[in-house]
Amino acid sequence: MNIVVLVKQVPDTWAERKLQDDDKTLDRASVDVVMNEIDEYAVEEALRIKESAGDGSEITVLTMGPDRAVETIRKALAMGADKAVHLSDEALHGSCALQTSYALATVLGTLDYDLVICGSESTDARLSIMAPLLAERLGVPQLSGARKVTVSDKTVRIERQTESGYDVIEAATPTVISVVEKINEPRYPSFKGIMAAKKKPLTTLTIADAGIAPDQVGLAAATSSVESFSTRPPRQAGQIVKDEGDGGSRVADFLASQKFL
Amino acid sequence: MAEVLVIVDHLDGTPKKVTYELLTKARELGEPSAVFLGAPGQSAAALDGLGRYGAQKVYVGESEDIAGFLTAPKAEIIAALVKDKAPVAVLFASSAEGKEVAARVAVKTGSGLLADAVDLDADGTATQSIFGGAVEVKSTVTTGTNLVTIRPNSTPPVEQASEAVVEQLTVEVTEAAKGARIVESVVEGKGGRPDLGDAAIVVSGGRGVGAAEGFGIIEALADSLGAAVGASRAATDAGWYPHQHQVGQTGRTVSPQLYIAAGISGAIQHRAGMQTSKTIVAINKDAEAPIFELADFGLVGDLFTVVPALTEQIVKRKG
Repeated sequence: MNIVVLVKQVPDTWAERKLQDDDKTLDRASVDVVMNEIDEYAVEEALRIKESAGDGSEITVLTMGPDRAVETIRKALAMGADKAVHLSDEALHGSCALQTSYALATVLGTLDYDLVICGSESTDARLSIMAPLLAERLGVPQLSGARKVTVSDKTVRIERQTESGYDVIEAATPTVISVVEKINEPRYPSFKGIMAAKKKPLTTLTIADAGIAPDQVGLAAATSSVESFSTRPPRQAGQIVKDEGDGGSRVADFLASQKFL
Repeated sequence: MAEVLVIVDHLDGTPKKVTYELLTKARELGEPSAVFLGAPGQSAAALDGLGRYGAQKVYVGESEDIAGFLTAPKAEIIAALVKDKAPVAVLFASSAEGKEVAARVAVKTGSGLLADAVDLDADGTATQSIFGGAVEVKSTVTTGTNLVTIRPNSTPPVEQASEAVVEQLTVEVTEAAKGARIVESVVEGKGGRPDLGDAAIVVSGGRGVGAAEGFGIIEALADSLGAAVGASRAATDAGWYPHQHQVGQTGRTVSPQLYIAAGISGAIQHRAGMQTSKTIVAINKDAEAPIFELADFGLVGDLFTVVPALTEQIVKRKG
């Protein structure tokens, strides 16, 4: 079984994230970056599927991002993925989610895969739509929001988190899966894994290499445009009181003053 | 006037409040037409409410093929409607499914998508709140049809009675859209309260609640207010409360009229899911907790005495 795991490098959520004044895109250069947290769960799930299949499955890591995203690729390789593809091209800068899905789908089209696994959302954009976008473009079933994945032969079953519980969804391979963080506990890369990662195959592609049309990606051709942005003014300091034994009443008084009671 | 499609978000036919919010918003952009997609017979429960909130037309598509497969059939039907009716905009609820269906429609129709809007102007400019609520962005779709998903509680629903002419859609779902079959839907515990995403009031508990049993007082407070229950990631990771109630980054994003945080410190990852709440009340014994920076009203105290006392006061005052 061939598994492709999508990973994304994102600004650390502990850092102050901002948009750049000139082109209104995410400032990726001046902040600490990490692998998008849920993507670690996606890598882990791929490793577990491979380990339980025990059939010499191969895991390919695929990322789109600037040169520095190679750090995130190395981490996924250190966790145990077998090889990696890095789509990196200045022309991709400022691509919207739809264009990103086009670029990734184009690369996926050149790879042999049974499963594509990604995290359910990235902490920077938080759209939670990459799995359906890719499924739509690739013409394969979408198994998104999985908190459990079971693969048997060519059938994949997931438990999809819903608002009231979960749905059991089934599809045949090839399919695109997105996972939520409840699904597993990602391993830490071992020292041996970190050393081995340096020798694993890494292919770097430009958009020309991948056959991506230059007029279909990048800020100028994005399907939506940021007109303006502003830092949200800090909330006006509220009233903070210490409980003097009447805390319940004090909160109730406030709720009444705001017409909630 | 231009037609605006509003995709009805419903539970077994009954529209969720967010649907009425979308219809209210849609009236600013043009003439709203509701699109109801579900299992056979479900639309009967919806038509009255859709008309009450200003739907001039209701396109009804009912089929086991819509209800039985994940997102793709709905996207197919909506994309066909978009091509047929050329609406000025299509509004979806910003639920997991709403965003996923919208994403597929965007690909099928070659359109741009603005997800998770907290406001939408009459000219189609959407306001989004990003980076955990720290930055507000105004964006427009530049390609194809204006597709926007809007967060629940972004606008108060206002009634405006309308005729609501029903137009039945012929539903023919392609085999390609039947790839992901819904085998079973399981409801887990915690029923009977409003859905977290839709609720006007949310009461959340965090690390300070200390144990699964501690959520009893959080639920009691929620019930006294008719509220939904949320939890921080610390609480759901510890197994104290079901994961689908998690508010924050990697969990649900809520924007209620009132958010009460009990025993939650307010790390950025939690704030990302609740910062756009209209009014925030925090109860925490640590006066230094960052949640107090957000709170309109903060009480420094022990939640195990304050929360039950508050519940008692609310029950008493509500009579």
